[in-house]
Amino acid sequence: MRYIEETSVMQNMNKRLFRNKLWKALFLGAVTIALASLVILLYRIVTQGADYLTWDFMTNFASRFPEQAGIKAALVGSLWLMLVVAPVSMTLGIGTAIYLEEYAKKNKLNDFIRMNISNLAGVPSIVFGLLGLTIFVRMLDLGKSVLAAGLTMSLLILPVIIVASQEAIRAVPKEQREASFGMGATKWQTIVRVVLPAAIPGILTGSILALSRAIGETAPLVVIGIPVILQFLPDGLLSSFTVLPMQIFDWAKRPQEEFLFVASAGIIVLMVLLIIMNSIAIFIRNKFQQRY
Amino acid sequence: MVQLAVQEVKKGKILEVNGTPAAAPKKTVYDTIGLDLWYGEHHALKNIDLAIAENEVTAIIGPSGCGKSTYLKTLNRMVELVPVVRTSGVINYRGRNILDRNYTVEELRTKVGMVFQKPNPFPKSIYDNIAYGPRIHGIKNKKILDEIVEKSLRGAAIWDEVKDRLHENAYGLSGGQQQRICIARCLAIEPDVILMDEPTSALDPISTLKVEELVQELKDNYSIVIVTHNMQQAARISDKTAFFLNGEVIEFDNTDHIFSTPSDKRTEDYISGRFG
Amino acid sequence: MRTNEQSPSVQAMIAASRNKKGKRLLEKTMPKLLLLTALISVLTTFGIVFTLIFETVEFFNRIPLLDFITGVEWLPFAGEAQYGILPLIAGTMKVTVIAVLVAVPLGLAAAIYLSEYASDSARRIIKPVLEVLAGIPTIVYGFFALTFVTPVLQMISPDIKIFNALSPGIVVGIMILPMITSLSEDAMSSVPKSIREGALGLGSTKFEVAIKVVLPAALSGIVASIVLAVSRAIGETMIVSLAGGSTPTLDANVTGSIQTMTAYIVQVSTGDAGYGTTIYYSIYAVGFTLFIFTLLMNLLAQYISKRYREEY
Repeated sequence: MRYIEETSVMQNMNKRLFRNKLWKALFLGAVTIALASLVILLYRIVTQGADYLTWDFMTNFASRFPEQAGIKAALVGSLWLMLVVAPVSMTLGIGTAIYLEEYAKKNKLNDFIRMNISNLAGVPSIVFGLLGLTIFVRMLDLGKSVLAAGLTMSLLILPVIIVASQEAIRAVPKEQREASFGMGATKWQTIVRVVLPAAIPGILTGSILALSRAIGETAPLVVIGIPVILQFLPDGLLSSFTVLPMQIFDWAKRPQEEFLFVASAGIIVLMVLLIIMNSIAIFIRNKFQQRY
Repeated sequence: MVQLAVQEVKKGKILEVNGTPAAAPKKTVYDTIGLDLWYGEHHALKNIDLAIAENEVTAIIGPSGCGKSTYLKTLNRMVELVPVVRTSGVINYRGRNILDRNYTVEELRTKVGMVFQKPNPFPKSIYDNIAYGPRIHGIKNKKILDEIVEKSLRGAAIWDEVKDRLHENAYGLSGGQQQRICIARCLAIEPDVILMDEPTSALDPISTLKVEELVQELKDNYSIVIVTHNMQQAARISDKTAFFLNGEVIEFDNTDHIFSTPSDKRTEDYISGRFG
Repeated sequence: MRTNEQSPSVQAMIAASRNKKGKRLLEKTMPKLLLLTALISVLTTFGIVFTLIFETVEFFNRIPLLDFITGVEWLPFAGEAQYGILPLIAGTMKVTVIAVLVAVPLGLAAAIYLSEYASDSARRIIKPVLEVLAGIPTIVYGFFALTFVTPVLQMISPDIKIFNALSPGIVVGIMILPMITSLSEDAMSSVPKSIREGALGLGSTKFEVAIKVVLPAALSGIVASIVLAVSRAIGETMIVSLAGGSTPTLDANVTGSIQTMTAYIVQVSTGDAGYGTTIYYSIYAVGFTLFIFTLLMNLLAQYISKRYREEY
C-alpha cells in the first residue's frame, strides 16, 4: 500500500495554497502600514507648516509671538554645531577605523576596544548628555557652548563613523595593498596612497549619515542645557547657541496652537537639511564607489 | 660553475644542473639555502635549495598547494603579510640574506618587483598607476615621471594602446591590458628581479600570449621568476624549471631537460598529467 | 640592472632620495597616534561610567539606596520628596511593551515579505524608504505623536488623556520598526538559497518555507534584532517627553499621563533645578539605572547573535 494518498494531498493542497496567499497579503499589509505611516507623517508636517514657512521665518529670531517667530538662530546654530562635530568625530572615527583594520593585532586590548565600540553604540543618547554635562560643561568649564555640545555629539556619533569607516576600509581588496607593498611602499604610504583614496567614498557616505543623525538629535543637548530663545548668533566656539531640534522642541511644548504650526515649519527646515545631506551621501556613494 | 661549487659545499643532496650551456655561467641572483617555512603548524616549505640565475626565466611548477606561490612570496617577503608565518634558513639576494631581520623589506621590494595572479591596478588613472612606485620613492619631478611612465609602458608593450588615454581610470581597460599595466607599474622602478605569480591565470588565451611574449623580451634586462600551473607555458617561456611537490623541490633543471627527460619519476608523472 | 640609459637610472634616483628620517619617524609614530584615537572611544565609556557612578554616589549619600529601588512613589518636587524609581520604570516599561507589540509583528512581517516574497525591484524601492523612516529625528516623531496620534486615539476612545502611554508607545514602535525589519531581513537573507530550494523542491509553499525553514534558521539574528530594538525603545527620550506626560505612576494604566526615566531627566534639565540639589543628582541615579537596563539588553543581543550564530 502507499503511505501518501493522492486525494487527501490534493484536498490539503487548496488549503495550503490559500494560506500562502492570505499570509502573503498580511505580510504586504505590514509593509504598507510602515510606508503609510511615513506618508502620513510627512503629509501632516508639510500641510501644517507650509503656511508658516516664509522668508521672515527663515530670517527672524525666536519670539514670544508665533507670527514673528523665526528660525535663524537655530539654523545657524546647527551649522555651528557641525563645524565642531564634523572634524572631531571624523578625525577620531577614521583614525580608530584605520587602527583597527590596518594595525591592530589580535590581542586583549584590541578585542576590548572592539567590544567597547559596539557597546558604546547602544548607549542611549541622553546618557551622553549626562556625560557632556559633567565633563565638558562643568569639569572642563566650557559652559553651554558650541564646543561643549559639539564634543558631546562627536562622541555620540563616533561609533557610527567608526563602523562605517571600518566597512569601507575592509572593502578595499587585499590585492591592492599587496600591489603597493610589492613595490616597496611602507605601511603608512600604502594606507595614505592606496587604502584611503579607495575607501574615502564609503567613509564620507557613512560620516555624512552619522552627521545627519547629530543634526536631528535633541536629548543630549536638552541635558546639557542648551538655551532656546536666543536673539543673537553665535560668534565663536565658546559662544552660547541653540539648534533646530531644540527650537522645535520648545515650540512643540508651548500651549498656543499657532506654535504647533511654527514647529511644523521648523521641522520642514530640519527635514530639508537632512534630505540635502542624505542626497549628498547617496550621490557620493553612487558616483565615486569603485567596483573591483 | 660558481653555483655548483656553492651547492656542493653546503649540501650532500645536490640538485645538479645538467647540460649547462657552454657559454660563461650566469651570475646567481637568488641563492636559497635550506629554507623551511611554517604557516602556524603547517610545514609549507621543506628544506628548499634553489639558485636563480641572472637574466633568465625560472619557472616554478607543481600542483596546487605544493608551496610554489609561498616560495615566490618568500623571495620578496610578502609572505609575512600572513601573521603566523615562521621561517628558517637563508635566502641570499645578491649576497645578502633577506631573511635577516635587519634587511628592510621596503628596500628589498624596491629591487624585486612583483606581478600578481589577478590584475590589480589601483583605481587611479593609468598614469598615476605607473607613477605610483617612483612617487613613493620620492621622485616628484613631472618631467622625469613623464619619461618613466612612457618608458615603462613601452617596456610592457602597451604604450601604443594607452598613450591617448593616460589619464583615464585603469579599470576601464581589459583584463589583459590591466595585467600589462601592472607589469609596466612594476618596471617603473627598474627592478632587478620580477616575480610573477601565475600572471596569466585570469587572462584569455590571446592576452596570455601577449604576456608570454613580453616575458621573453623582458628577460634581456631582468631576472624573472614565474610561478605557473600551466606546464606548456613553463615549457614555452622558461630557461630553467623547478618542480615543487608537497613543499619540497623535487627537481630543478634546464627546462628542456625537465620536459624531455626528467630524472625523477614524480616529475615525469606530473608532466605527463598523471596527477595535479 | 639596465645599462646604456640616457637619463640616470630610477634605482639611482630612488637611492638618492631615500632620506629615511622623516619616513621612518612617520612609520613609527602613526600607529601610536591612531591607537590614541582608538582609545578615545574607550575613554568615553570610562567617562560615562565614571560620571554616572560619581554623581550617583552623591545622590545615595542623601537618599538611601533601598528607598530608591523599592520606593513606590517618585515625587522629587514635593515638600517631602520621595525618590522611589519604580513608577519611572513602570512608565518606561509601558511604552516599551506597547512599542514591542506594534513593532515586532509589523517589523517581522515586513522582513518576511522583503526577504521571501518581494521582487528585486520592489525591494529596491521599499528598503530605502524604510531607511528614511529610520533616519527621521525623534523630535519629529514626538511631534507626530502629540499632534496626530493622540488626537486620533482620543477620537477612538474619549477616555484617553492628552498625555498617555499609548500614543508614544505606538510611535516608538514605528520608530524601531525599520531596525527590526532591516536586521531581521539581513538574518533571513543570509539563509542560503539551497536550503530554500530544498524545501520548495518538496512542494512547500513560500509561506511554509518562510515559517518552517527560514524563520527557525534565522532565529538568533531575529531575536538579537528585537532585543536591540527594545534597548532603543527603553532609551528613547523625545517622543515620551512630548507625548507621555510627567506623572510617574506605578500601575498598568496606559490611557493616562505617565513619566519614563528619560522623560524625567528631560523634565529636570529643562527646569531650573540648581546645581548641587538632590534633584540635580537624581538625574544621574535615573540615568545610571537607564544605562544598566540598556547595557544588559545590548550584552544579551551580542550574546544571542554570537552564541547561536548559524554556520552554513
